[in-house]
Amino acid sequence: MIEIRNVSKWYGQTQVLKDCSTHVAKGEVVVVCGPSGSGKSTLIKCVNGLEPFAQGTITVDGISVSDPKTDLPRLRARVGMVFQHFELFPHMSVEQNLVLAQVKVLGRSAEEAVARGAALLDRVGLREHAAKFPGQLSGGQQQRVAIARALAMDPICLLFDEPTSALDPEMIGEVLDVMVELAQEGMTMMCVTHEMGFARKVAKRVVFMDHGEIVEDAPTNAFFDAPASERAKTFLSRILHH
Amino acid sequence: MGEFDFSVWQPSLPFIRDGLLFTLRLTLVAMSGGIVIGTLLALARLSPIVPLARVAGAYVDLMRSIPLVLVILWFFLVIPFITGSPVGAETSAIITFTAFEAAFYCEIMRSGIQSVPRGQVNAAFALGLGQAQTMIHVILPQAVRNMLPVLLTQTIVLFQDTSLVYAIGAKDMLKAADVVGKNYNRPVEMIVLSALIYFTICFSLSLAVKQLQKRVAIIR
Amino acid sequence: MNYHWNWGIFLEPVKSGDETYLDWLITGLGWTLAVSLTAWLIALCIGIAVGALRTTPSRLLVMLGNAWVELFRNIPLLVQMFLWFFVAPEFLPREWSLWVKQDMPAKEFITAALCLGFFTSSRVAEQVRAGVGSLPRGQHDAALALGLTLGQAYRHVILPQALRIVIPPLTSEFMNVFKNSSVAFAIGVLELTFQARQMQEDSEQGIETYLAVTLLYFICAFTANRVMALIEARTRVPGLIGKPA
Repeated sequence: MIEIRNVSKWYGQTQVLKDCSTHVAKGEVVVVCGPSGSGKSTLIKCVNGLEPFAQGTITVDGISVSDPKTDLPRLRARVGMVFQHFELFPHMSVEQNLVLAQVKVLGRSAEEAVARGAALLDRVGLREHAAKFPGQLSGGQQQRVAIARALAMDPICLLFDEPTSALDPEMIGEVLDVMVELAQEGMTMMCVTHEMGFARKVAKRVVFMDHGEIVEDAPTNAFFDAPASERAKTFLSRILHH
Repeated sequence: MGEFDFSVWQPSLPFIRDGLLFTLRLTLVAMSGGIVIGTLLALARLSPIVPLARVAGAYVDLMRSIPLVLVILWFFLVIPFITGSPVGAETSAIITFTAFEAAFYCEIMRSGIQSVPRGQVNAAFALGLGQAQTMIHVILPQAVRNMLPVLLTQTIVLFQDTSLVYAIGAKDMLKAADVVGKNYNRPVEMIVLSALIYFTICFSLSLAVKQLQKRVAIIR
Repeated sequence: MNYHWNWGIFLEPVKSGDETYLDWLITGLGWTLAVSLTAWLIALCIGIAVGALRTTPSRLLVMLGNAWVELFRNIPLLVQMFLWFFVAPEFLPREWSLWVKQDMPAKEFITAALCLGFFTSSRVAEQVRAGVGSLPRGQHDAALALGLTLGQAYRHVILPQALRIVIPPLTSEFMNVFKNSSVAFAIGVLELTFQARQMQEDSEQGIETYLAVTLLYFICAFTANRVMALIEARTRVPGLIGKPA
C-alpha cells in the first residue's frame, strides 16, 4: 500500500531524512517511533506530499507522490491524515468540518455528506456534538472528530502524526480506543506515536528512527523483546520507565 | 498613446530642487517638532493627572479622525485669528504638520513607553533616580530604540503627506512640478517626474527601514 | 481680528444660484460616501486577492504581490490621483483616450474611486498577508491532506479564518478610506472637502463651514466603525476567543 524507498531530505545544509526505506502493506498497522527531532513527523508528511523530498520515491497504492504528473489533491483525498494538534477548522461546526471535503473534493451531495458524517460521529461517540464548534470541545473530542473527518473520505489508508501528544493524559484513552478499533477492522495505518501499549496491541511492525535515519524496522514483538541497536534500547528504557 | 516630450524635465530641475528643499524642510521640521510634542503628549496621556490625560487624549483622537486636508484648511483659516495677522502658506503648513503629526508620533511613543518593562522603572527608582530622571535616562531611550522603525515609517508617510499642502498653494515639490507643467504646457510629463521622485525616495527609505528593523530585532 | 458668527449661514442661498449652502454640503456628503464606499469595495476585492497571493508558495506571485503593494505605498495619494486623472488616459489608444478625456461620464468620480480603491487595496493586502501568516501551518496542511486544492484551501479554510483575524485593522482602514477620500477634491470631485473650500470662499463663514464638515466626517468614521463592529460580532466563532490557537 505504502512504499518508501531511499528517501532523503534536506533543510538547507542539514539533512533531516537519510536514505529512509520502509513499507506498509494493505491491512497492516506500522508504528513509527523515535526521539523528538528524529524526522518521524517529516517522514509521514512526505507520504501524502505535504513535505517535498529531494531523493528517493514514495508510492501509495502504486502512485508516486513526487511525480509532478500525479494529481496530488486526488491522491491525498484517498489518504486520511490525523494531526498532533487536531487541525479542525475552527470557523466551521463539527458537521461542516466533516462535510467540506466530501462535497468539494469527492463531489458528494450535501445530504449524502451529512448522513455519512453523522454515521461517523456516531461511531466515535459524538453524535450530539454535530452543531458545536471545535473550540467548544475538549481535546480528546476534537481528535475523535478529526479521525471521523479523515474517515469520511473513505480513505484507503490512514496516517497518524502523534495523535495523542497534545492531549491531557485522561483523554488519551478515548482516542486510542478509536484507533485500536480501526486497526482491528483491518484499516491500513501508519502511526507516529509514543504509545507503546498501542503498538504492542495492534502494530505488525515498529519502525524506530533517530537523527533522520531508520535505525530499526522489526516485527513488534522482536522490537520490544530484543531491540537490535543501542539507540533503540536507550529509547525504550526511557519511554517505558516514565 | 499620447505623445510624451520628456525634454521638459531638463529646464524644470532648478524649480523641482527648490520645491523638494521645501518639502524636505517641512518634513524634517514637522518630524522633529512632532516627535518632541508627541512625546510630551504621550507623557500627558500616561500621566496620573486625569484632566491632563483626558485633554491630551482628546487632542490626539481629534487629529486622528479628521482628514489631513481638512486640518490643513482649518489651520490656514484659524492661525491668522490667533497671530492677528495673515501668515504665508508655507508657515501655516509647517505649523499644521507639526501639530498634526504630533498626534501620530504620540501614539507611537506611547506604545514605545509601554513596551519598556515595569522592572526598569523599579530598578531606576531603586538606584535613587527621580521620576523625571528615570523617564529621560532610562525609559525614553529604550522606547525610542524599540520604536525607531515605526517612527521612521511614520516619517515616510509624513513625507508623502506634505504633498497635500497643494490645498493651500504652498510651494512644495508637487507645486513646483505643477507650475513648470503649466508654463511649458507639459503637465503630464511633470506629474510623472514628481511621481518618480517621490517613489524613489520613499522606496529607498522603506528598504532602509526594513534593514534597520532586522538589526533592531537582533539586538533585542 | 474679530470673527462674525453666523449660524444661519447654512440655510442662506449661495451667491450664484438658488441652492442653499446646506444643499452644497449634502451633495458633498453624497459624493464622499459614493467615492469611499466604491473604493472600499474595490480595495477589499483586490486587497484580499493580492494579500493571499503574497502567501502562496509561488515566488513569481509573491513578487507580483509585493510589487503591487510597494508601488501604491510609496507614491503620495494626491500624486496618484493626478496620475490616474491626467497621465493614465495618455496610455490608451487614441480614440479611447479622447473619449475618456472629453466624453466619459462621471470621469472625476470614477477616477477617484479607482485610485483610492487601488491605494487602499495595498494596505488591505498588507493586513491580509499578516492574517494568513498568523494562522498555524497545520491548518493549511490539514486542508491539503483532505484533498482540497490550494485554491479550495484558501477559499474555505485559510481566508475565512484570516479575515476574521484582520477585522480590527481593517476597521481602521475602512475609517481611513473616508478620510482619504478628501484628496479627491484635487481632481474636482464635488465631495465634502471640495464643498467646504467652495462654501468658505463663497460665504466667508469659514469656521461654521469647517465645523459642519468636520462633524460630517466624524459621523462617517463613527458609522464605519460601528458597521465593522457589527460584522465582527456577526462572524464571531463560538468557543473561540481572539486568535485560533
